[in-house]
Amino acid sequence: METEFTPLLSATGGILIGLASVLLMLTLGRVMGATGILTGLLAPASRSDFSWRAALLLGMITGPAAHLLLRGEMPEISVPVSLPLLLVGGFIVGLGVTFGSGCTSGHGVCGMARLSKRSIVATLTFMVTTAITVFVMRHVIGG
Amino acid sequence: MRYLSIYIIGLIFGLGISLSGMSNPAKVINFFDIAGTWDPSLIFVMGGALIVTFIGYRLVLPRPSGPIFEGKFALPTATKLDARLIGGSALFGVGWGIAGFCPGGALPAIGTGRIEVLAFIVAMLGGIFVARAIISARQNAQLNSNVKRA
Repeated sequence: METEFTPLLSATGGILIGLASVLLMLTLGRVMGATGILTGLLAPASRSDFSWRAALLLGMITGPAAHLLLRGEMPEISVPVSLPLLLVGGFIVGLGVTFGSGCTSGHGVCGMARLSKRSIVATLTFMVTTAITVFVMRHVIGG
Repeated sequence: MRYLSIYIIGLIFGLGISLSGMSNPAKVINFFDIAGTWDPSLIFVMGGALIVTFIGYRLVLPRPSGPIFEGKFALPTATKLDARLIGGSALFGVGWGIAGFCPGGALPAIGTGRIEVLAFIVAMLGGIFVARAIISARQNAQLNSNVKRA
């Protein structure tokens, strides 16, 4: 399935992701990692620890509505895989981000921006295994 | 003020993810499908986010007074490159390549109400719980063997 090349929209989105990461550091002194925020919400250290994560997640979930206001439509979501594969992929993502202590936002943006050795290694590792997985799913198994 | 600010920061992140295409599995998978229907858009997401965060952190982190609402910056302290980090990251990539959603892309997309997003998140939570159980079982085993040795 072809998707449209959107360099300007994607760069704008990236700049906003970066801005949010910087603002979270400025206000709370925290790294903007989706994995850490979600994991901490499930097992919060204290009530205030739960509250800021809940407020942040609530803001995130309002993002698509802001997109609707700005652009007149919800963000496009096309899932090119079957439901069983989506569930298997989701389960593996859950395992991976917990063992690896982070994902695209935590390691890929915040950690890389801090030049953290762990995050650079983590990001290179998952970029390579994602590319291999997509190649195998699309061109070896999928045909 | 504190929670309103944090809510707005989440909104900026969620809007950024929505505009960027990171919550669209077809686009994510195409970014990695160089041999097929390649869509290089996501390099602009990563580039934009990294440039802003790289510069922004260097302006924010030297503040002598620390963050606005807290006493000090809470940066990750681990430095070791261990098998758990590398194995976990490798596994994350496999899951991301299969499903096309990553946590940062999927969480804001809950707001679209799409059933596929919810299915992915439920499965991901399952993986998070299993991994946490394995980690704490291992830590307990380690503690027990240390106690025996002592």
